[in-house]
Amino acid sequence: MGKRTQIPTVNAGSMADIAFLLLIFFLVTTTIETDAGIDRKLPRENTDPIAIEYKRKNLFPVWVDGEGRLLVKNERIDLKELRSMAISFIDNGGADPNHPDYCDYCMGLRDQTSSDSPSKAIITINTQRETEYGVYIAVQNELVGAYTELRNREANRLYHRNYTDMEEQYQNGQTSLLVKAELKKNIRYLRDLYPLNIVEPQQ
Amino acid sequence: MSKFAKKKSGEVPAVSTASLPDIVFMLLFFFMTVTVMKDSSVMVENVLPNASEIKKLEKKDRVITIYVGAPTQEYQKVFGTESKIQLNDKFANASEVGDYILMERAKKPQELQNVLTTSLKVDKNANMGLIADIKLELRKVNALKVNYTTYEGDAFRNIQN
Repeated sequence: MGKRTQIPTVNAGSMADIAFLLLIFFLVTTTIETDAGIDRKLPRENTDPIAIEYKRKNLFPVWVDGEGRLLVKNERIDLKELRSMAISFIDNGGADPNHPDYCDYCMGLRDQTSSDSPSKAIITINTQRETEYGVYIAVQNELVGAYTELRNREANRLYHRNYTDMEEQYQNGQTSLLVKAELKKNIRYLRDLYPLNIVEPQQ
Repeated sequence: MSKFAKKKSGEVPAVSTASLPDIVFMLLFFFMTVTVMKDSSVMVENVLPNASEIKKLEKKDRVITIYVGAPTQEYQKVFGTESKIQLNDKFANASEVGDYILMERAKKPQELQNVLTTSLKVDKNANMGLIADIKLELRKVNALKVNYTTYEGDAFRNIQN
């Protein structure tokens, strides 16, 4: 054997081109999925609808008709008013101070003709078959928003932070178990203060 | 002085592009990992409504998706313009939703079968009647966790158009 021949190096100059090609392919095919929405829980199928009776003043019926008009307590209202109306209804706390239902954290008007306490207050959404889904979601959004606002207020009072922040931290995978247990307790407490009572009859 | 006076060539040296492939590869890997391949193409109009009080759907493998909306242009001749339900990649009636959920549930591992969420991707122009039918079916098969999947945005925009 004579002189050792050098192994020729592969020209890597075109590697960038190939990588660019792949990159562009993935860029074009990627669709950032929409994976967020309003979480709701449906009632069980065999709940007896007549079993429980509610006082009329503890009900807050929202009607949405086929044209997307809103009717609350037999009055036509604008969607923008719905949230504040729902808040004043939930947070009313109209029960007698000596009654077990009395809500000492409520800041509402304590109107005798409105709801007794947040746990007694029930919001019903009635839709028609022709109602547009978009309107329905807007109504759901406002009602859930009303509850979130109240929970935020109580969270700020008790824990000096927002309820939504607490939930976010709880969902975060990097939160330690110890913190999570504490958060879970607090979140559950806040949920008990303002339980989400949104019912959709006739379903 | 002469110690530091280096021979100066007047030209500016070219920027080395040797690390360009590395950068591109980095981007490539990023997109490869975040890409979710769609398992079914959407055959219905699917402009979701906007909402602000939304929660993220945490894990992809715990979600069953139901699409609702008017069939897209190419299917309109056969299926009309009324809103339809799409399960996997075919149109279905509301009565088939229950079976579909049970089938999808059976495909998932045992430990996930109780924590599944049904994601309803409904076009904002669809009618509530169809949604009510779906919800009735979901209740029949005990799939009670529902997520009305929406875009993040101002909910009042749903009403204007």
